[in-house]
Amino acid sequence: MTPPQSSSTAAAHEDGQRYLRNRESITEAQQAMLRRAHVAVVGLGGLGGATVEILARIGVGALTLVDGDRFEATNLNRQLLCTAQTLGLPKAEAAADRISLINPSVRVHCVPRHLEAKNAAEVLGGSHLVMDCLDNLPARFTVQAAARQLDIPMVSAAVAGASGQLTIIEPQDPGLETIYGPAESTPERGAEIRLGVLPYTVIALASLACSEAIKRLLGIGTGLRRKLLLVDLLGNRFDIVEI
Amino acid sequence: MSIRVQIRLYASLRGLEPPSASNHPLPSGTTVGEALAGLKVPGDQVKLVFVNGRKVDLQRVLEDGDRLGVFPPVGGG
Repeated sequence: MTPPQSSSTAAAHEDGQRYLRNRESITEAQQAMLRRAHVAVVGLGGLGGATVEILARIGVGALTLVDGDRFEATNLNRQLLCTAQTLGLPKAEAAADRISLINPSVRVHCVPRHLEAKNAAEVLGGSHLVMDCLDNLPARFTVQAAARQLDIPMVSAAVAGASGQLTIIEPQDPGLETIYGPAESTPERGAEIRLGVLPYTVIALASLACSEAIKRLLGIGTGLRRKLLLVDLLGNRFDIVEI
Repeated sequence: MSIRVQIRLYASLRGLEPPSASNHPLPSGTTVGEALAGLKVPGDQVKLVFVNGRKVDLQRVLEDGDRLGVFPPVGGG
């Protein structure tokens, strides 16, 4: 009979096993790079909830979690952090709680307020990369401006119905303007007004966004810089266009 | 003289794709803007237009065999 393990022994065993299934694709040295990485996730809804789940599980060392909203019933269709237990709770706190359950070694900076131009650089300061997981267009431009000011890349995903788009924007790139037009003439919302947001689309795009982030942090693979991945799950169309 | 182009309209524009989208006939010399107006694509939805995988403007003259696509603004999460 195996003797019961003390909690500290169990934790040590877990630490040794946690990233074993990463190992064939992510070397120990790369895993250490991820552990030293700090990623900000702005928006903790459909895209952000799945992004937090993946980045915490793969072993990103520090996450800044930014969202001023609380969960409501309309979030239940797609937002992994939204459950019967978290309805009414601040999204940032629910995200922090989830991370403590799945990978307590992740250092969490919980920011339960909206990102605004006046606080964006301060909130995102210290991050190596920012994930734009927002649900409205003007706020996406606010994040981009802060990322440029901080000289860090931004991974930007957006979804409407069964369609989505994804890119990575370096600070010196033209960025969101090439997708949406000038910031000052951009509407509050896009086609999601008519199409809603479906869970499989949002989680698929969040997974692809995390792939972009991990590749950028590790300097591996081929990224979507100055390119836009267009996804149409109704027609099974996956196109990459140069922007 | 006419040309044929492939047309892909995404997301909320999907319903405007003509039945001939895979091989759509247009008069020679048609611009991207004229082609989209002919399909009744709302102007405010035309921010990201691409031909053969590259972003273009509405004045671009289409050529036989081009692949024309429009992705409307999407911002949901």
